[in-house]
Amino acid sequence: MLKIRVIPTLLHKSFGLVKGVHFDSRRAVGSPMQAVKVYNLRNVDELVFLDVTATAEGRRPDLELIDELADECFMPLAVGGGVGSVDDVRALLGVGADKVVIGTAALRTPDVIRESADRFGSQCIVVSIDTRGDEVCTKSGRVPTGRDPVDVAQAVEELGAGEILLQSIDEDGVMKGYDVDTVARVSAAVSIPVIASGGAGSFAHMAEVLRDGGASAVAAASMFHFTEQTPMEAKHYLAEHGFPVRV
Amino acid sequence: MGAQRVAIIDYGMCNLDSVRRAFEEVGARPYVTDDPGDLDAADRIVLPGVGAFPDAMQLLRARGLDEALAKQVWDEGAPFLGVCLGMQLMAAVGQEGEPTDGLGWIDARCERFVPTEADRRVPHVGWNDVTPQVDSPLFAGIPPGTDFYFVHSFHVACADGASVLATTPYCGGFTSAVQRGHAFGVQFHPEKSQRFGLRLLENFLAA
Repeated sequence: MLKIRVIPTLLHKSFGLVKGVHFDSRRAVGSPMQAVKVYNLRNVDELVFLDVTATAEGRRPDLELIDELADECFMPLAVGGGVGSVDDVRALLGVGADKVVIGTAALRTPDVIRESADRFGSQCIVVSIDTRGDEVCTKSGRVPTGRDPVDVAQAVEELGAGEILLQSIDEDGVMKGYDVDTVARVSAAVSIPVIASGGAGSFAHMAEVLRDGGASAVAAASMFHFTEQTPMEAKHYLAEHGFPVRV
Repeated sequence: MGAQRVAIIDYGMCNLDSVRRAFEEVGARPYVTDDPGDLDAADRIVLPGVGAFPDAMQLLRARGLDEALAKQVWDEGAPFLGVCLGMQLMAAVGQEGEPTDGLGWIDARCERFVPTEADRRVPHVGWNDVTPQVDSPLFAGIPPGTDFYFVHSFHVACADGASVLATTPYCGGFTSAVQRGHAFGVQFHPEKSQRFGLRLLENFLAA
């Protein structure tokens, strides 16, 4: 049967990987190439790589860097940050990204989703929905939109998104558990897979959002950067608790 | 004998670099081309791809690649591997949007998944088990039920069992690999399926 996925998230800023709290106060956690190589050796299910300051700084995705990372990545790689056009999607897929994560542009210019999905297929278009409370925010959490995550999720599914990366800004970096309620509301409202992100601090948090939130996959960053817990251990824990995983 | 030359067909449908890189990793000499004339030099041919069936067929035809592929694979006997959309294109008909003729190498149609109560999410994204239904060199040394990485909304529905090489349980079960002679197709992504994915590519080089 289809396995649930445990996905390390790599957040990139200018020269290296970072991890923050509430989408802010980010500290350096190493080089992206080193991280990709380690996760490749560890046979993780998938990687999400987000350039967290690209949109705010008006940069396009760093294609050279993604090209280098993808060459070392014999596992699925989703890439986001600064994706604003169909050309950006095409370019990222061209250098080896398997999926492209569209964030701010998904709300600002929704046609990017429709055109990209028509051209490259829904399966490679992931839309990132960042929430604070019950509200969706864009531009790394700085711009509130006044929209409910369920409305946005249904709208992007209708436009052709193939997956949703649902990130809680409130829970980000705090390691006290996912925003299970929002994950549950969104995953019940759409029929595309939902990746829960933001708040993982323990394997039990992952089990909780899978069981009570209905997520298809769990992403985590701080937990893997700042604690001894690894994705493989997470999957062993989840297997023991009855979840289908690839071990 | 030196490294095998593997032609990876570029018809504008992306994810070529991962496939090229994976064949390098298993010791082949891959080259990416959109020129039908370049296929003569290939020991083996790979048709990768993500995206929409009708667009893909149109692009293949526009470059004369459909005829060049048929010639190399069926007249000259070059082993062939279709990956994801590349496998779907081996079918007779694609049902994505308007029905579109495919390469027609296997008696099958490419259809959208119909969600079930248990498997209600489409696309089918993630790792799922692949179980060969017949003995094939493509799966040599790969245990039945090994997980491979999938990401797709459409699947190949074979008219009969003749071409079914492997199946995977999702939305009632579907054909995840096909074989007709020396032409293989896999719905999953061996280039993204780590150890056993690379093993499958090695097997293809030896098949």
